[in-house]
Amino acid sequence: MQKLSIQMFSKSEIYVSYGILFILIAASLVLGISIGSVSIPLFHVVQILGAEIFNYPLRAPINASTVSIIMQIRLPRVLLAMLVGFALSLAGAAFQGLLKNPLADPYTLGVSSGSSLGAVIVLFFGVQLPGLGHFTLPVVSIAAGFFTLVGVISFARLVQRNLSVETIILAGILCSSFLGSLISLLIALSGEELRQIIGWLLGSVSMRGWSYVSLITPFLAAGLLMLLGSARELNAMSFSQSDAKNIGVDVKKHTTIVLIGASFVTGSAVAVSGTIGFVGLVIPHIGRMLWGVDHRHLLPLSMLLGGVFLVLVDLLARTIIAPTELPIGVLTAIIGSPVFAIIFIQHRRRRMTA
Amino acid sequence: MISVVNVSAGYEGKKVLNDLSLSLSKGKMTGIIGPNGSGKTTLMKVLNGTHPLDKGEVLIKGKRLQNYTAKELAKVMAVLPQHAGSSFDFTVQEVVELGRYPFYKGLLKVASAHDEQVVKEAIELTGVQDFVHKSINQLSGGEQQRVMLAKALAQEPEILLLDEPTNHLDLSYQIKLMDLLKKWVYTRKLTVVAILHDLNIASLYCDEVILLDDGIVKANGHPRAIMNKELLQEVYYTPLTRRDHPEAPSPIIAPVPEMKTQEKSIQKLELTATKELMVFSSPFPLKTLSSALIGGGFQWASTFVNRHVDKNYYIDDAHNEYRNYLKEKQFNPHDTIGMMTAARLGDASVVSIQKEDFALLIAVTVGTGNAVDAAQSWIRKEEATVGTINIWIFIEGVLTDEAFVQAMMTATEAKTSALSTYNVLDPLSKTVATGTSTDSICIGSTQSGTHMRYAGTITPVGKAIGKGVFEAIGQAIENYRKRMM
Repeated sequence: MQKLSIQMFSKSEIYVSYGILFILIAASLVLGISIGSVSIPLFHVVQILGAEIFNYPLRAPINASTVSIIMQIRLPRVLLAMLVGFALSLAGAAFQGLLKNPLADPYTLGVSSGSSLGAVIVLFFGVQLPGLGHFTLPVVSIAAGFFTLVGVISFARLVQRNLSVETIILAGILCSSFLGSLISLLIALSGEELRQIIGWLLGSVSMRGWSYVSLITPFLAAGLLMLLGSARELNAMSFSQSDAKNIGVDVKKHTTIVLIGASFVTGSAVAVSGTIGFVGLVIPHIGRMLWGVDHRHLLPLSMLLGGVFLVLVDLLARTIIAPTELPIGVLTAIIGSPVFAIIFIQHRRRRMTA
Repeated sequence: MISVVNVSAGYEGKKVLNDLSLSLSKGKMTGIIGPNGSGKTTLMKVLNGTHPLDKGEVLIKGKRLQNYTAKELAKVMAVLPQHAGSSFDFTVQEVVELGRYPFYKGLLKVASAHDEQVVKEAIELTGVQDFVHKSINQLSGGEQQRVMLAKALAQEPEILLLDEPTNHLDLSYQIKLMDLLKKWVYTRKLTVVAILHDLNIASLYCDEVILLDDGIVKANGHPRAIMNKELLQEVYYTPLTRRDHPEAPSPIIAPVPEMKTQEKSIQKLELTATKELMVFSSPFPLKTLSSALIGGGFQWASTFVNRHVDKNYYIDDAHNEYRNYLKEKQFNPHDTIGMMTAARLGDASVVSIQKEDFALLIAVTVGTGNAVDAAQSWIRKEEATVGTINIWIFIEGVLTDEAFVQAMMTATEAKTSALSTYNVLDPLSKTVATGTSTDSICIGSTQSGTHMRYAGTITPVGKAIGKGVFEAIGQAIENYRKRMM
């Protein structure tokens, strides 16, 4: 049997993969827009998008309500799903590379919980920081995520200097439950809007609108640039920090950049969609199987794949038991938990045989 | 190339390096040895800048280590880590390419044609080209080590630091790795600094050895000077013995295990004799120095075989024939000293001498047919024929190497004296013979009991050997002559 962990595509085929992923993204977006409580023919979707984006004249008679469904509801929703998918996969791939830990993702590390706490405070207590306006939400969320991350890593290091895979995950879980209980406390104290908060916590991209798309975009872009700029260094640090230093990597600088970059993308994703778990775990894992572990390609390719994945999962979430909508986070957890278990078993087995 | 000046360094509350100074020269292989906790690893970390200094400074090519940026340093110095594994399946190619990291320029850090060439060369030099597309985690420990070495070479370093490079490697990989490093040291003027646990690897491969003890340089210099029994015993607190490598001009250090004090008496030697074989067997091995066909030189053996062959015995590869013969007779050739003689074994003479603090057992077989005067042997043309005076001397006592050689001289002189006394003549020169054409001798010692530093003719043991050998040969000649009459 061919070993799955060895990449399936060679270097030249990786560039083809980019092309295929872009096509898949376009296709999943159109599909996501087309399917829903009101079904819109694919052809109309393409036409309307063409008309709205490139100003092509609408030829077929399409009524204005369809246009408005697409432009005001469906398009921002699928775009948000895509961006959140981008962000979570990117963050997962970066965390895994930095911590040399195939089980790391924003959710297992507790970063999502930290960001959630920040977001809950902002959202449900109407906190607004001076000068930030509606960007208070992502900024607080990012900052909370970053401090959680630093806390988790410092705690894990306190427990065990060499930061083994299990120690980090345990520290993450500990942190998650602590922060989770803080959130529960807030909910209990607030009393009202219970269902809304819980729904939000389970993760969703519905009814968010364009404003949320604009909230996540700048942070995602900034985080992406930071992470891509440190891709080679992530490769070097996958062995050991001292090894990376010996080949000339400024370890401190790039660790900080990656932590901040990953917090940017995680925090902004949580701020707009709540906690959607396991995307950041599953997608980079598949990415490594398909394209290998070179972060220069793994990061962008995982990101794109994550976008496709989340648009499709969102589609599934809102159609599977329509008209009721499932929280997207529930679906990703149902898919992700078994995958987590499989990766964990593989990892342990490999370490036993090594 | 590298200077360490008055460096002190350590961990919280514990000083590991104590005002240590040393300098390492370019184009040499330097080994750092020392017991656990002597500061080897800390010194290595100090050299590659991963451990802070409390005092002093480290200069690399005359520039202070702290003044190098990580990239500048990586262009000068590469480090071979002890562990090569990664949580992720990087391919060998990707791992080696990491070595070019300090050379990439610009924001995009794109590899140039030169970078690719260097990577290719490093892969070929370390012989990992067969698995460039395999994952590093699929390789064996030795292969991983070579990949990491290729990565280090891709840095085109002037200095290569290695932390116990032969750890986890089997013997063949250890030797291959060290041979490769040694070659680079000479061909590329590479400066190699390696922590080595194995003193013999250090002795065989290093141009210079630094012995650390308790955070200071205890000694440094050529391995022939550092691989010094007394010095190393003092540092390692272990009884050691030094012997020169049989093939290479390097000392070999071996530990001396604590041995059970078993009573080792030559009384326990058993003699069995047939027409064809005279065999002494010992329940414990004896240390021997012999000129025998099987087991010549210094060796430990517990079986001593004197084999009678026909006087026309002539075989090209007598050594091999004898080994096969021993195997056939159920003797282990590696534990046996084997001689041949055309003399009748029935004429053998055995003398036993019991002194107050040592004992001797001497056995000889003598046939004087091919007697030769060593001073006149140059007049002969013919090939050697089978020798006929075989002397076995077993000593209960502890002999030094020099005592072994002296015992051999003493016995030979006694033999010559006996031949002269019994007027054995060289049939060609008509002068008194000093021996026969292919005589053999074996000195075996129990290495227990009385210590004998010397065994020259006027030492107690020398006196006993001289007298015993003289008497035994005389007796054997008489036996021979009696039978011929």
